[in-house]
Amino acid sequence: MDFADEAPKLLMLLYGLIAFVVVVGGLLLLLDVVPTWFARRREAALLAASTAAAGPATTAATVRARRRRSVVNRREGGFGFFFLLPALLLLAVGLVVPAIRTVVLSFKDGNSENWVGLRNYTWMFAQDEIFRVLINTLTWVIVVPLAATAIGLVYAVLVDRSRFEAVAKALIFMPMAISFVGASIIWRFVYAYRSAEYDQIGLLNHIWVLLGGEPQQWLQNPPLNTFLLIVIMVWIQAGFATVVLSAAIKAIPADVVEAARLDGVNSWQMFWRITLPSIRPAMVVVIVAISIATLKVFDIVRTTTNGNYDTGVIANEMYNQAFRFGQTGQGSALAVFLFVLVIPLVIYQIRNLRKQREV
Amino acid sequence: MAVPSRRSRQALAVAGVLALALGATACSGESKSGLDPDSPECAPYSDYQGHDGESVSIYASIRDKEADLLQEAWSRFEDCTGIEIDYNGSGEFEAQLQVQVDGGNPPDIALIPQPGLLERFARAGKLKPMPADLKAIADANYPADWLKYATVDGQAYGTPLGANVKSFVWYSPKAFAEKGYQIPTTWAELIALSDKIADSGQKPWCVGLESGDATGWPATDWIEDLVLRTQSPEFYDQWTTHGVPFNDPRVVEAVDQVGSILKNPRYVNGGYGDVKSLTTTAFQEGGLPILQGQCWMHRQANFYANYLPDGTKVGPDGDAYAFYLPPVDPSKGKPLLGGGEFTVAFTDNPAVQAVRRYLASADYANARAKLGNWISPNKHLDINNVAEEVDKLSMQVLLDDAAIFRFDGSDLMPAAVGTGTFWKGMIDWVNGKDTKSTLDFIEGSWPK
Amino acid sequence: MTTATTTTAPADAKRTPTPGGTAARVRRRLSHPVATAVSILIAVLWTVPTFGLFVSSLRPEDEIKTTGWWTAFTNPQFTLENYQEVLFGRSASSGQLASYFVNSLVITIPSVLFPLAFASLAAYALAWINFRGRDWIYIGIFALQIVPLQMALVPLLSFFSQGVSIGDVTLLPAWNLDDEEKFIQVWFAHTCFALPFAVFLLHNFIAQLPKDLMEAARVDGATHPKIFRSIVLPLIVPALAAFAIFQFLWVWNDLLVALIFAGGGNEVAPLTVRLAELAGTRGSEWQRLTSGAFVSIVIPLIVFLSLQRYFVRGLLAGGVKG
Repeated sequence: MDFADEAPKLLMLLYGLIAFVVVVGGLLLLLDVVPTWFARRREAALLAASTAAAGPATTAATVRARRRRSVVNRREGGFGFFFLLPALLLLAVGLVVPAIRTVVLSFKDGNSENWVGLRNYTWMFAQDEIFRVLINTLTWVIVVPLAATAIGLVYAVLVDRSRFEAVAKALIFMPMAISFVGASIIWRFVYAYRSAEYDQIGLLNHIWVLLGGEPQQWLQNPPLNTFLLIVIMVWIQAGFATVVLSAAIKAIPADVVEAARLDGVNSWQMFWRITLPSIRPAMVVVIVAISIATLKVFDIVRTTTNGNYDTGVIANEMYNQAFRFGQTGQGSALAVFLFVLVIPLVIYQIRNLRKQREV
Repeated sequence: MAVPSRRSRQALAVAGVLALALGATACSGESKSGLDPDSPECAPYSDYQGHDGESVSIYASIRDKEADLLQEAWSRFEDCTGIEIDYNGSGEFEAQLQVQVDGGNPPDIALIPQPGLLERFARAGKLKPMPADLKAIADANYPADWLKYATVDGQAYGTPLGANVKSFVWYSPKAFAEKGYQIPTTWAELIALSDKIADSGQKPWCVGLESGDATGWPATDWIEDLVLRTQSPEFYDQWTTHGVPFNDPRVVEAVDQVGSILKNPRYVNGGYGDVKSLTTTAFQEGGLPILQGQCWMHRQANFYANYLPDGTKVGPDGDAYAFYLPPVDPSKGKPLLGGGEFTVAFTDNPAVQAVRRYLASADYANARAKLGNWISPNKHLDINNVAEEVDKLSMQVLLDDAAIFRFDGSDLMPAAVGTGTFWKGMIDWVNGKDTKSTLDFIEGSWPK
Repeated sequence: MTTATTTTAPADAKRTPTPGGTAARVRRRLSHPVATAVSILIAVLWTVPTFGLFVSSLRPEDEIKTTGWWTAFTNPQFTLENYQEVLFGRSASSGQLASYFVNSLVITIPSVLFPLAFASLAAYALAWINFRGRDWIYIGIFALQIVPLQMALVPLLSFFSQGVSIGDVTLLPAWNLDDEEKFIQVWFAHTCFALPFAVFLLHNFIAQLPKDLMEAARVDGATHPKIFRSIVLPLIVPALAAFAIFQFLWVWNDLLVALIFAGGGNEVAPLTVRLAELAGTRGSEWQRLTSGAFVSIVIPLIVFLSLQRYFVRGLLAGGVKG
C-alpha cells in the first residue's frame, strides 16, 4: 500500500473529527455559557422580587421551592431549539424535502413533466401484479417482525447467563454484520436447484432429496417463495432482536426476580409475569424498528428473484419503476403508499407518547 | 492513575498519525508522469492537444478486467495530451446514471449500451449534440445502420464504441467432428440436426436464463433473432418502436418458433435436466455442458467466450467455437442481431470533445482491439488487430455485405418493457404460460 | 463506566441471600435439556448458511458450481485462490483492497459519530426539555424513517451539485467537491439518513430515565447542557453503543449511498463498491463474492465483539437507580 495515497484521506478523516469536536463541543459550550448568564440575571430578579413581596421573612427554602416550580414547568423553547437544530436542519435537507418532492412527483408522469392527477395511483391498484406486490408487502411486514422478535426473545432468554452467552450472541448476530446483498447470496446457495438426475448444490434441496423428495425450485413456487425470502430477513433481524432484548433482560432488577422466586413462581410464570412485562418497552422498539426495516426491504428481493414469480414487494417495485423503467411518477406513487403503510405505527407511537406523559 | 496515562497515550497516537499524515502529504506532491507532447510517439495525438491538465470523467457499465483493457487502450492518449480520464464502472450503471443526471451531477461522458435510454436522455435535453467535426468523423468511421441508434429526431448524439454479435450458436468443433455433424446453414438443417441428436438420446440444446435481476434476457435475444428471421427487418423496426403491437400475430408466430426449441423437452436442457431448469440455470453456465459432451448447441453472443473455463481452446477446431445462427429464408440475406455501447456526452468543453473524437477514431479502435476481447463496428478497425478467433468471426459477419444488422430489441424498447416485462414475460412463458397471453401481458405494459 | 460495569455483576451475586440465588437458579433453569436443545438448534440454523458460504469461499470455482459445499468434507479440495483474487485482485486499475479498506474506515467513523451526537442531543431535547410541539416534532422524525433512501438520493445530490436557490437568488452555492472532499458528501448523506432511527432509538431510552433524577438536577441549578453531559450521557452509554454498532454495520455495508455520493474511484469508494465490482462486467464471477463477503465481514465482527461488553449493563436505564 502506497501510504502517500492514503494520507489525504486520513487528513480528511482528521478534519472530519475536528469538525465533529468543534460542532458538538461548540454547541454544548454555547448552550452552557449563554443561558447561564441569562439564568443568573433572572435568578437575581426573582430573588429581588420575592424579597420585595414577602419581606425579609422569606427563607431560602421558599425560594428553593419556587425555583423548583419554575424550573420544572418553565417552557424552554430556546434550549429545545438549539438542541434540535443540527438534527432538524439535516433532516429537512436530507429527508423532508425529498419526501415532499416524492409526493409531488407521484402526481406527474414518467418524465416528471406533466401533471396526471391520480393516474399513477389508479395504475397501482389496476394492475394485477402490483396488487400482488401490495399483498406480499403486507405479508412481509406482519411475519418478519413477529418471527424475528419471537426468535430473538426465546434465544435471548435461553442463553441469558449461560456459560457461552457471548459466543452464542455473536453467532446469531453474525448475519447482521453481512450486508443484505451478501446475505441474499448466501441464501441463493441454500435454495439452489438442480434437476433430479444431478447432484444438488443447494442445502435445502439436498436435505429434501435425502428425505425422499423431488428437488424443488424453491424460489419459483408462489406463495412458498415469499416465505422463503422472508426467512432471509428473519435470519438477519433476529440478531438485532436478540441483542436488544438480551440487554433489556439483564436490566431487570435482581430484587424483582428474587422476590418472584421467593413467591415460588416457576420459570414459565417467571417469563410471562416478570420478564415480558419488564422488557415491554424494548420489545416495542424492536418490533417497530424491524417493521420499518421490513417495509423498506429491497436488496433481498432484488438479489434473489427481482420480484419475479410473484415475490415482488413495494420497495423493489418502486426502485424498478423509478430508476430502471424511467417511470418516476409510478415509482413515487408506490413510495407514497409506503408512507401510508407506516401510519398505523405512527398512531401507535402517538398513543405511547401520550401514555408516557400521563405517568 | 490509569486513566490519565491512557489518555496521554491516545493523544500521542493521534499526534503521531497526524504527523505521519502531514509528512506524507508533503511528500506526495510529485509531478505527473506525462510524455512530451512533441515526441514522436505522441505524433498520432497532435489533433487532441491543448487541454493539458484537464480531467474528463467517463461512466459506464464496464468493470473489472474489461475496464482495465478499456483504460489501458487510452493511457497513451492521456500521457500525450495531459488530459486525465477519470473512469468509473458500475453494475448499477443505468439506475445510477439517471440519479446522477437528475441530481445535476452527470459524468462528462457516458458509454450507454441501450439506445432506448440514450433516447430518453436526448429527449429530456440532457445530452450534448455532436459537434460538426465529430459528426464528420462518425460518418467516416461507422455504418449508418449503427449511427441511427444514437440519432434522435435527426440530431446525432453519439458514436458507437464496442460491439457484440448475438446471432451465434456455440458448439464444440471437436465433438461435432467425432460424430460427423455438419454446421447447419439453414433453419431446416438446424432443426434436422437437433432432431438427429435428440434421437440419439441426448439433449441438443442447453440454455441458461438466470442472471440475477436481469433474469430472462437470454430468452429475449432468442425472440428477437427469430422475429428478425421469420419477418422482415422493417417489421422488426416497427415492432421495437411499437409501430405494430407487441402481440402482433406475426410475433406470436416467431415466439412459437422459439418455443419449438426452448420449450421442447426433447431438446433442452442438456447438462441441466428439463425445461424447468432453464430459469434456474445461470446464463454464464448455460453453455458449459458443451465442453462435457452433455449438450451440443448453445445460442449466445460472442462474449460467451469469457465464461468458458481457463484453458478452453476456442477456434474452428478447438473445444468450443461459434457458428452463425442460420436464417429461415436465406434469400432474404443474413439478419444479424447485436449490441454495443455508444459514447455520449453530458458536457461539451473542448477537452471532452477531444476525448470523444479520440474514442470515435480508428486509432482507438485498433489500440483497444489489439489488447484482445473486443470488437467494434468501426470500419477502419483492421481485422488483423483482432486477437481472438471468435472475435474475428464476429468481425467477418459484421462486415459481411449480406448482413442486415439490427440492434438488440430489448435495448431499443422503453425500459419498462425492454428490461422489465419482456424479461418477466419470458420467464413466465418458459415456465409454461402460453404465448398469446404472455405477449398480451407485455403489450399491456407498454408505456403510453 | 468501565469499573461500574465490571463490578455490578459480582455485587448482585453477593447480595443474594441463599446459595441457591438468582444466578444459580437461572443457570439451573437453563440446563433444562429442552432449553439447551432449542438454543443449540437456533444457533446452528443461524450459523449453517454462513458456514456453507465460508466453506464455499475456500473451494475452487468449478467445484462450487457443480457440487454442494458439504461434499468438501468427504472430498477435500481447498484453495485460497478466491481470497487471493479478492485481496490482490486481477484488475490492475481498481487499485488495492487496502486502499478501499481505508476509504471504508474514513467514511464510517464520522458517519457514526455525527448522527450519534446530533440524535442524542435531539432525543434529549424531545424527552426532557419542555417546549410546545415537541411531541409532534418527535412523531414527525419518527415517521421520516419510512422515506425510502432511493427517493432521497436525487434531491440530496442536487443539493450538493447545484446548491439551493429560490428563483434567481442563490441561498447556498454548489459545493463543488473533488476527490477526497467527496467524503464530506458521504458523511452528510449518511448522517441525514441515520437520524430518524437514531432519534427514535435514543429517545426511547432517554425518556425512561427517572424523572426524579432530572428534576433534582434542575433544582440544584444544573442547566440542560450540564445535565446532558454529566447525567444523561453516562447513563445511556449502552444505548449509544447499540446505535453505534447498528450504524457502523449499516454504513460499512452500504453500497447505494457510496455509489451516488462517493462515485466509484478508488480515492473515495468504500470496500462494498470494490466487492460489487468483483462480479465482473456481466456478473459472471460471482464465486469471488463468497470470499469477498468474508473479507468485508471481519471488521464489523471485531467492532461488535469489542462493543458487546457495553451491553452487559443493559440497554434500558430502568436498571439504574437514581
